[in-house]
Amino acid sequence: MSSTDSPSEREQPEAIKAIPVRHPGRWVAIGVIAILAAMFVHMVATNPAFGWRFMAHNAFRRPVLEGVRTTVLMTISAMVLGVALGVVLAVMRLSDNPILRSAAWLFVWFFRAVPRIVLLTLCGNLGILFAEYSIGVPFGRQVASLFGLHADLTLFGVDANSIASGFTAGLIGLALSEAAYMAEIVRAGISSIDPGQTEAAQALGMSRTLTMRRVVLPQAMRVIVPPTGNETIAMLKDTSLLIAVPVSIELFFQLEAIGARTFRIFPMLVAACLWYLALTSVLMVGQYFLEKRFSRGVIGSTRREQVPVGGAGGAR
Amino acid sequence: MTEQRGARDGSAAAEPIVRAEQVHKSFGRLEVLKGIDLEVWAQEVMCIIGPSGSGKSTFLRCINHLEKINAGRLWVDGRLVGYREHGGKLHELRESDVAVQRRDIGMVFQRFNLFPHMTALGNVVEAPHRVQKWSKSQCRAKGLELLERVGLSDKANAYPAQLSGGQQQRVAIARALAMEPKLMLFDEPTSALDPELVGEVLDVMRELGNSGMTMVVVTHEMGFAREVGDALVFMDDGVIVEKGTPREVLSNPRHDRTKAFLSKVL
Repeated sequence: MSSTDSPSEREQPEAIKAIPVRHPGRWVAIGVIAILAAMFVHMVATNPAFGWRFMAHNAFRRPVLEGVRTTVLMTISAMVLGVALGVVLAVMRLSDNPILRSAAWLFVWFFRAVPRIVLLTLCGNLGILFAEYSIGVPFGRQVASLFGLHADLTLFGVDANSIASGFTAGLIGLALSEAAYMAEIVRAGISSIDPGQTEAAQALGMSRTLTMRRVVLPQAMRVIVPPTGNETIAMLKDTSLLIAVPVSIELFFQLEAIGARTFRIFPMLVAACLWYLALTSVLMVGQYFLEKRFSRGVIGSTRREQVPVGGAGGAR
Repeated sequence: MTEQRGARDGSAAAEPIVRAEQVHKSFGRLEVLKGIDLEVWAQEVMCIIGPSGSGKSTFLRCINHLEKINAGRLWVDGRLVGYREHGGKLHELRESDVAVQRRDIGMVFQRFNLFPHMTALGNVVEAPHRVQKWSKSQCRAKGLELLERVGLSDKANAYPAQLSGGQQQRVAIARALAMEPKLMLFDEPTSALDPELVGEVLDVMRELGNSGMTMVVVTHEMGFAREVGDALVFMDDGVIVEKGTPREVLSNPRHDRTKAFLSKVL
């Protein structure tokens, strides 16, 4: 320091008391928004078409609650399958093997191109294609006839209609479609990790699988989790497309059915909005905690200090 | 250390830890290594110096097969690196076999490359626990012992982002040592550090060298090379220009290229 005075000898300067900049625009905006909000609330409260009492009466009926159950169950199952398959596809796309790479690309290309409602309708009609699904030797029937046999080398089979309709068909459609999107998200996450991380793991003698599982994916999760949260929310909403399969025990269909039966469509549409809002809000809370979990070791994350010493790798 | 180390003390095997014969490496059309011949003996500290782009880091990375060599032969501890010779033909090793070879070779990187989502202790115990399948308590004890050896026992629970560069690099050294390697590779371990943090890392490396670890160190720290190195190699443009004891090479360089390089860095 160039100053010769020690800090104690010099007087502490007066704290700055400046007049803050005025923001008249903000006040105008507040006024406009307040008026619009008041108009909206008034409309909602007074317009009889809302039928709040009717809505409250019908929004929790038994079939509606069963619909909620299906919606939640379908969202969770489709996301679990979609994420799992998406990770596999992403790893395939980043593989050295050109066959695996192209197969994954083809899958993603197809399932991203086809709209979900079309895909779900298609899944619901797979019964037209096959009467039965069976597991056995590929081309078993053809191979057998080549040797003059009548066996079809099938190990076991299921009637197509038990799979290709209803919940399972919808689940297959949504999960495959989701896998295509998740593959891209996971691939972006994996690609965002510094190659030095993989090198360090390799230099320690870790296998490729172990490196992926212990080093790359846990870090990629920081990039993967937020868009996956969006995907989960989108999935929750897209379960309303299940009617295309058709699956009728589903939230939106049930609410709309009540509206159609009673000729009071609007209250039930509002009920649908509120149900989806509520379910989405629950998901957002879950997403918040997941994001916190996977930002360990990052500057600015909060619960770093509490992680216990125990556990190799500190994976807890 | 006053006594001569390695094969020269007579007790070690006749086989060097690292033996390179005419090692060539190209990236596309760019030839980075143009025939490297080198031997590193047990307990020897071999320093490699040279201008950037001379191929010294690439050579180091070839030793644990992070880079595949294009021609020549490279042995670590008597075994070909990355290949198997059978019936006069070379067969590429499977990835799992390469991984097994790498367990005996520790590596320390210029940019530390610690796992940021694990604590210091987590970084150290990861490979012994997951790769060697040693028990958790055993790994933990060993991890704490190694952290103490690099002077960081109080930082066991800190994440890399909470550590200074020097501390991170010391954790990285402990992490490499946890696999009990026969050979340690250092790729410019102090080049990414603030000047005042270089000393603490070099101290750890000095202690390691004095304890008899076989080390290959790519470095710009001439003081370290002079004091700790048993042998020094000057590389330029993909070839070894000069080789000798650090004192010889640094004080009386024979080649013009060595002289020119040293005049800039000393």
